[in-house]
Amino acid sequence: MTAPSTNTAKPATGLASLLKTALINALVALVLFSLMVGIRTEAGSDGQLTYWTRFGELASLVAVVFGGSIVIELLRQWIGPTGAERLVPPAVQSGMSLIGRYLTPALLIFTVLVPVIFYDQRYILDLAILVLTYVMLGWGLNVVVGLAGLLDLGYVAFYAVGAYSYGLLATNFGWSFWICLPLAGILAAFWGVLLGFPVLRLRGDYLAIVTLAFGEIIRLVIINWQSLTGGPNGVSGIPRPSFFGIPLDNSDDGFAARLGIEYSPTHRIVFLFYLILALALLTNWVTIRLRRLPIGRAWEALREDEVACRALGINTTTTKLTAFATGAMFGGFAGAFFATRQGFISPESFTFQESALVLAIVVLGGMGSQLGVALAALAMIGGFELFRGLETYRMLVFGMAMVLIMIWRPRGLIGHRAPTVYLTKAQAISSDLVKEGHG
Amino acid sequence: MDYFAQQLINGLVLGSIYGLIAIGYTMVYGIVGMINFAHGDVFMIGGFIALITFLILISFGLTAIPVILLVVLLVSMAITALYGWTIERIAYRPLRHSFRLAPMLSAIGMSFVLTNYSQVTQGARVKPIPPFITGGYTLHESPDGFVIQLSNIQIMVVITTVVLLAIFTWLVSRTRLGRDMRACEQDQTMAALLGVNVDRTISMTFVIGAALAAVAGLMYLLYYGLVDFFMGFVAGIKAFTAAVLGGIGSLPGAMLGGLAIGLIETFWSAYFSVEYKDVAAFSILIVVLIFMPTGLLGRPEVEKV
Repeated sequence: MTAPSTNTAKPATGLASLLKTALINALVALVLFSLMVGIRTEAGSDGQLTYWTRFGELASLVAVVFGGSIVIELLRQWIGPTGAERLVPPAVQSGMSLIGRYLTPALLIFTVLVPVIFYDQRYILDLAILVLTYVMLGWGLNVVVGLAGLLDLGYVAFYAVGAYSYGLLATNFGWSFWICLPLAGILAAFWGVLLGFPVLRLRGDYLAIVTLAFGEIIRLVIINWQSLTGGPNGVSGIPRPSFFGIPLDNSDDGFAARLGIEYSPTHRIVFLFYLILALALLTNWVTIRLRRLPIGRAWEALREDEVACRALGINTTTTKLTAFATGAMFGGFAGAFFATRQGFISPESFTFQESALVLAIVVLGGMGSQLGVALAALAMIGGFELFRGLETYRMLVFGMAMVLIMIWRPRGLIGHRAPTVYLTKAQAISSDLVKEGHG
Repeated sequence: MDYFAQQLINGLVLGSIYGLIAIGYTMVYGIVGMINFAHGDVFMIGGFIALITFLILISFGLTAIPVILLVVLLVSMAITALYGWTIERIAYRPLRHSFRLAPMLSAIGMSFVLTNYSQVTQGARVKPIPPFITGGYTLHESPDGFVIQLSNIQIMVVITTVVLLAIFTWLVSRTRLGRDMRACEQDQTMAALLGVNVDRTISMTFVIGAALAAVAGLMYLLYYGLVDFFMGFVAGIKAFTAAVLGGIGSLPGAMLGGLAIGLIETFWSAYFSVEYKDVAAFSILIVVLIFMPTGLLGRPEVEKV
């Protein structure tokens, strides 16, 4: 709409070049897929490898690439260059902020009412609990990645520490959930500091790789330290949470019996739902409050420019460590909740894919926007549920989505958080004042 | 002592494979300044393509092993190189001037795509092949019966690595392409002003890196006799560790780091515990980055504001 004239130069050579591009793409696809798709290998029962051909699939994939590149090329010519970030007009912006103002309370009220509305639908309640778990993880990681700008690829390690802290303390010593929950958080925060110390000097990509390695180390130790963690078999029989000491079961002094209502297993699900909702809101509240404190401001300053941050006299060491510890603590809480909800934990739940999923939620949500992260978690987990039937294709689609989102809107799909405070007016400084020799 | 010597041989062979993968990491980091997270998966794809080519050639009735090996090497290098090129084109080039973390996240996405692509197309099960290159030499036999073996495949892996490294060093130091690469590494804008086709040079870097990863994939397939869709992840992290240990951006460093990681991993498995060998490799990565961020042969990075 805004600039139709920019693309008028091309159509003269349109069709020919279009077909040429599509042909080249199809040819590349043919070579790429020729062996991997065209031939299927499988080890037979005697260990001998056999293969069969799948030229039909190969042909259709190449055809899809051919057609797809024509469509994309046409779209590109109509819409204009993609990838360029366009400015949203102010009218739309104010409209969006109006929606934004009412969206949060509306969503919150809806979330609180979910167990009332969907009381009979166990599946939806389970899904809602799962979504809220990821919302909480997303908000926790948001402190590290979104606010402090430290790319953490091993967040799942803290989730694992929290889950195993509760699982082991509860099964070995019979401690209750409400004692273990803060302990799990503290232990995870401790591990966060432990990881934070060595990586203080690193930045960007190196930091990402070290946190990834840390996450893998934790997972490998859990797998191999069989005497403590049960190894790949995991920890089972983790006690369910109690309503502040009152068990939510069918017994005589259970929750239902004391209230004099009929027992239903849904009570526990509803309780778990409100528990994770409370934990997630706690995360959100703490984050919002912290952001207004000097430490929160320091995190954002660190994200924007570390060198300038140091020049201003902010202690980057403590700033980074508190970010790691805070994020890790919330990860630990979420882990303890995960353990009590599942009743069983094993190292399989704490793979790198999990870290990447939480990170994708934070990035999709716009790195720092609380509402964005919540919506992104809903979209991600909901999307995963849609693909449940296509288990094997799920991660494939997830990976593609990650690449496409980065190309399309690297600053996040749903929201974007600008620094909380910034200079409203750029101050021009006269060159006389900054001339050499006058400093 | 004999045990030690045997482990030394094993470690050097493993290290050669890591080194070949590490070169891809180090080159890409040198030029584009990003960690090509999907590189480990490119190595895995190379292994798969080698496996499939093997199967086809054998079913056509080819028996001459040198011919088979040569064809497999060329086919898997060519196709994997095209994978490298496509990945750069799709996932990294649009993000070249984006914010710092974008290419990294895109690379993680690409890594998932490749892992699951080969799981979907080739199945999740481990694919074994019968040993192609058998035989070897007994170097030394100690009185208590312990034998130091040097198998033909081990010799082949090391020789291939050395030859490729020689070709590659020549490529970077003597050819036009190598000069362009070094120019882009120093200053892309200036290189472009002086007539270097930056896009093409970066593409070629990915192509060469992927081709070397394909060789590593083939060597892995021959040496261990199997491939599976998940092998790229751990191998990738270890090779990256090797690149960092050697000093990222430095080619001899990548090879040296690869050998060091291979040796450390082998000796750790031999003398301490097999279970914790990956933990050892990852711990080295952390320790190196903390105490020696520039690695063994790397240049210190100047912080630009």
